Amino acid sequence: MGEFQPRIVVFACNWCSYAGADLAGASRIQYPPTTRVIRVMCSGRVTPGFILEAFHLGADGVLVTGCHPGDCHYISGNESAVVTVDKTARLLKLLGLEVERLRLEWISAAEGARFARLMTEFTEQVRQLGPTPLGNRGTGGEA
Amino acid sequence: MDFEQILHRTRALLCLDCGKCTGSCPVSRVDVAYSPRRTIESVLGGDPEALINDRYLWSCLTCGLCTTRCPSDVDYPAFVIAARIEARKASVEGPYAHNGVMQHLMGIMTQSVEQDRMGWLTGELKTVTQGEDFYFVGCLPYFDVLFEELGVVSTDTARNAVRLMNAVGITPAVSDDERCCGADLLLNGDEEGFRELARRNVGVIAASGAGRVIFTCPECYNAFRDDYPRYVGSLPFDLVHIAELLAGHLDELGLDGLDEMVTYQDPCRLGRYQGIYDEPRLLIEATGANLVEMRKNRANAVCCGSTGWVSCGQCAKGIQMARLREAEETGAATIITACPKCRIHLSCALKDAGDEAEERRAIDVALEDLTGLLARAMPRDELGD
Repeated sequence: MGEFQPRIVVFACNWCSYAGADLAGASRIQYPPTTRVIRVMCSGRVTPGFILEAFHLGADGVLVTGCHPGDCHYISGNESAVVTVDKTARLLKLLGLEVERLRLEWISAAEGARFARLMTEFTEQVRQLGPTPLGNRGTGGEA
Repeated sequence: MDFEQILHRTRALLCLDCGKCTGSCPVSRVDVAYSPRRTIESVLGGDPEALINDRYLWSCLTCGLCTTRCPSDVDYPAFVIAARIEARKASVEGPYAHNGVMQHLMGIMTQSVEQDRMGWLTGELKTVTQGEDFYFVGCLPYFDVLFEELGVVSTDTARNAVRLMNAVGITPAVSDDERCCGADLLLNGDEEGFRELARRNVGVIAASGAGRVIFTCPECYNAFRDDYPRYVGSLPFDLVHIAELLAGHLDELGLDGLDEMVTYQDPCRLGRYQGIYDEPRLLIEATGANLVEMRKNRANAVCCGSTGWVSCGQCAKGIQMARLREAEETGAATIITACPKCRIHLSCALKDAGDEAEERRAIDVALEDLTGLLARAMPRDELGD
């Protein structure tokens, strides 16, 4: 078994953060294989329902990423992402889950290195918290 | 259970095809393509698979208005829930509201989580961890977060309820380990999830040593009374809704002093399901408030438009707008309801009604929970200030 490999769901917006992930890949920057990236048109599309579904199904951590403030392709979608993540964090707290399992970060299309660094950093953060008490770790395979 | 059994158990087999159900249905009134009569006929006609894949399977509010009028006494809500259980077995789920956030919250609560849900409890309220009476708070702390943009503070209900209980000498036990009652999972056809939540809740309450459970949410109350025994066996404690409880303590409460006009929205599970119509009215009148009835009241009351966190949309909004206007026509300043979900749903519609961008006329009526009204009518020294 070795070191605990967390399973992390990353929501990445089409216009900035997903392109940032692309750049990290194209630049061959190494980062842990713990993340599953889900592309959404805008970080504002992510709702508490999406995030809780990920946790319900056994995600150890969820990272929501979007364009930097002021740079949103849809002008203010990332502002609603701030509200969504704050709300969801409070729901996690009520459920007794560590709020550190959820994080919101801004990654632009030019920030491949930042994308890789945040994946490494967040993986380490979730690793410290240990496996989620939820979901069935027997399905979906190890990271 | 196959559809043959469902038809027998819910008496749908005896359907006379008269259409009283469709004529009564608040959904059919807004969305004319929906018909309870035709839904039953389609299954009687031998095509239950079509129902499983029909989006209208998820339109029924299970409000029970049709059942009160059915000459054959068909239990249509039970028929719909049974059909949804079959649908779920075939991996068909409903169009969940709010991206399924409530379904996931409930699903997470079926698992081993250690909740931290008692932040609503303020210092002056007297509660215990072990005791004769258990107060089942329900999902109120979660609603506070989810519906904050509506300006609805659902845990006010919990605080006021404990205040009122304290005033009549009851110090209720409350617990962080209480889960959602699961009523909505059952409405979504998820029997397994419902059974697990029921099992956990009964365990938590039994561990508190309580002989009686007090509810502020009619859906929790109804689930415990009618559905829990079917899934987890008879319960080792009594059940009482806060309105029933307080109606028996009117003298001790000393309610008085309100001078306002209010109307009362009968929650489906409290009214038609459990037959509690008089107690809330008795309490409202005891505050001094002038209770005026909406045209459709008691067993004829109209549902708040959404149940089971499924199928919320234009149809729900249509039902809600009509209901709000009916309330406005009474001249009442406030709609009192005894269900936290009615309060949320109607508050949402009320917000939409005043949406100037859509050029909708605002509806001049407010919403308040029954416990809120009663707390306002308590003698001042009882409020601890």
